[in-house]
Amino acid sequence: MKTHQFEVVVIGAGGAGLMAGLYASKSASTAVISKLYPARSHTGAAQGGIGAALGNLEEDRPEWHTYDTVKGSDYLADQDAVEFMCKEAPGIVYELEHMGLPFSRTDEGKIAQRFFGGHTNNDTTKPVKRTCYAADRTGHMILQTLYQQSIKNDVQFYDEFQVLDIIKTDEGIAGVVALEIATGEMHVFHAKSIIMATGGWGRVWEITSNAFAYTGDGVAITLRHGIPAQDMEFFQFHPTGIYKMGILITEGVRGEGGILLNGKGERFMEKEGNAPNVKELASRDVVSRAMYQEMKQGNGVDGERYLYLDVTPETVNKYAALDGRTRPDGTPYRVTGEEILGKLPDIIDFCETYLGVNPVTDPMPVQPTAHYGMGGIPTDNYGRVVVDKDRKEIMPGLYAVGENGCVSVHGSNRLGSNSLLDLVVFGKYSGIEAANHAKKTEYIPLPENPTAYAEQQLEDLRNANGDERLSEIGREMKEVMFEHVGVFRVEEGMQEALEKIKELKVRFKNIKIDDKGKLFNMDLLNAWELSNLLDIAEVTTAAALNRKESRGGHARNDYQERDDENWMKHTLAWLEEDGVRLDYKDVVFTKFEPKKRVY
Amino acid sequence: MKKITLKLFRYNPETDTKPHYDTYKLEVEPTDRVLDLLERIKGYEDGTLSFRRSCAHGVCGSCAMRVNGENKLACKTLMQDLSGNKVVVEPILGLPVKKDLIVDMEPFFINYKSVMPYFINNGSQPEKEHIQSIEEQERFDDTAKCILCGACTTSCPSFWSNDEYVGPAAIVNAHRFIFDSRDQGAAERLQILNDQFGVYRCRTIFNCTVACPREIEITKAIGEVKKAIASGNLE
Repeated sequence: MKTHQFEVVVIGAGGAGLMAGLYASKSASTAVISKLYPARSHTGAAQGGIGAALGNLEEDRPEWHTYDTVKGSDYLADQDAVEFMCKEAPGIVYELEHMGLPFSRTDEGKIAQRFFGGHTNNDTTKPVKRTCYAADRTGHMILQTLYQQSIKNDVQFYDEFQVLDIIKTDEGIAGVVALEIATGEMHVFHAKSIIMATGGWGRVWEITSNAFAYTGDGVAITLRHGIPAQDMEFFQFHPTGIYKMGILITEGVRGEGGILLNGKGERFMEKEGNAPNVKELASRDVVSRAMYQEMKQGNGVDGERYLYLDVTPETVNKYAALDGRTRPDGTPYRVTGEEILGKLPDIIDFCETYLGVNPVTDPMPVQPTAHYGMGGIPTDNYGRVVVDKDRKEIMPGLYAVGENGCVSVHGSNRLGSNSLLDLVVFGKYSGIEAANHAKKTEYIPLPENPTAYAEQQLEDLRNANGDERLSEIGREMKEVMFEHVGVFRVEEGMQEALEKIKELKVRFKNIKIDDKGKLFNMDLLNAWELSNLLDIAEVTTAAALNRKESRGGHARNDYQERDDENWMKHTLAWLEEDGVRLDYKDVVFTKFEPKKRVY
Repeated sequence: MKKITLKLFRYNPETDTKPHYDTYKLEVEPTDRVLDLLERIKGYEDGTLSFRRSCAHGVCGSCAMRVNGENKLACKTLMQDLSGNKVVVEPILGLPVKKDLIVDMEPFFINYKSVMPYFINNGSQPEKEHIQSIEEQERFDDTAKCILCGACTTSCPSFWSNDEYVGPAAIVNAHRFIFDSRDQGAAERLQILNDQFGVYRCRTIFNCTVACPREIEITKAIGEVKKAIASGNLE
């Protein structure tokens, strides 16, 4: 066992972790620990852009961004937090540009901006160009830029270290336990502040846009320490994943004029009850539900469970003319194949590689894909973990940020291009705050055997010699969760899912690990990751079962309406010996009264 | 569906004195990725099989491997892209094998970090963004796509023969900043690459360009850096 000491330890090296590390390391000794090389983090898979009311192409205001985000959240977001994020947005985008981020440019050489779902001019209610982009690889550029700046600023990295546990004594947060993947050696990081930035858990579901690494490690670790997870029932299904594979096709495709068509060639988003005003540019929950309904009514292409996303110039131009869509200078909006290629090069590459389809000439077969967890570890605007329902009790020294955190700025449904914004804004402020905390406090002494719990967990797994295969347990979990805790949900289905997850947790105790070695034991780590996913699946399902309404990413066939009277509240879920305990906390309102959400 | 033979390079330093190959017979779909095959073997036949992977769609750079002798991303290589009924998967060359398909990436990242792969602009920052024209941005757009997978560097005979050569990936990342109109570190980077282990180790073999899963025109980028060193300007 090796012991290290850093004032601040950041867990995870995606956008949030790197931003936090950059800021914390300005004033405190800081280590960033990641199970992947930083450049492999899932932030790099984000495509379409980062939302900020720069107004580079047309009038825009942070206040409009705030309202759109609150509306998009189906009024579950905490409005003070949303206001904070949207106000910070332009400044932080300029800051990224000053770090060298290679944004696409307007004709005037400014940062280019595009349409994205749910972002509007609040006066006209028409879509507004708010999403700042670097072609369709904005996440890649953010990840690279932050990693590059971390190298420049000598941030200390521990790459390919799997964090297994946080060290929490009676006195408080004392550090982190991590396994060096290459050697199998345990490391203890004695720390004053810990920032959890471990990303999401989309690998709970069968069809997903998420990386293998997205196994909810941070949320699972904190749940095991009696810290609640918030709003876990709200999980976003992105409307456009590549059929069967789930690979993300950015909302930017629709921003550039792409149209969703059913098997009959109908533009179903304009139907009454879907989004007759902004159509394809409604928020993601609305579009995914509309797609699901189309397929259920037998309107999938060739009767299959997919629809077409069409960005061929003929289709874009036909509907742009019908919609009377214009460019900022007032001329009619028309595109060429070359422009599409220039704005969506990666999408074209993915479609050619995986589908043999060229989106410039042919439509793309798509279906909703598990994408983003709105919930997570409850925090305030500075990433501080808030453990009670009255928002009074903060756990000193513990921070959570990015997808594994829940401020909550996304409420029950996140708007596209707000996740990259969330990462950098709250990454920055949690980094600053964690360093401040470290400067004001002393190290809490490490307990006698800080690695005991993590070692025991791994030993139990390593010595498991049953007859269940991890791959099979994982497959059954993903299948039941996609079927019953997916885009639409009902009581019986969720009950079935919950029972299944409990059964799988029992069967998990009877797994067999083939690899008994120390070095790069991915078999063992994959088992540990699956145990995290199972915990998260259980919490998600229990929270979803109990919420008897439809709101944002949680849509129930048996309770189809939003019920503000009873359910305008955040869920808090504790994972206890005998199952999941639920409680609720109030939503923060500032200026926006809840209204029915119409697009 | 077709039947194939999958031959996998195996080496576990804890149990093996030297590497060997394991062979599996599989039924595959034309759209199966090499990564899907590896997952099947690991999931249902032999959990000890070790390899890196994450995004599974060609953007994270974890799964660079040699497939039938060529450097590829396992997640971006489909059965329909391969001819014949035999698939051989081995670790990339030129870096020490740690276990099965996992190599030691540290030397690769050390080379990468040696070229100052970060934005340098020490002047006063504008209140908003730096103004950069579309043409200026396009000058380094191609090299900014790099995902640091290592497929190029580990396909390069000059790198195989001397791993002190910084390699194509490092030069690509230097190029990304050298030709960025907002950056001020070009002179220093060009000096680093003018070293005996810099750009002149490149013998224009084009393996890197063929290997790049992001289709970056690497040999062209290296040529532009060579030219900038020789001419002393970035035109």
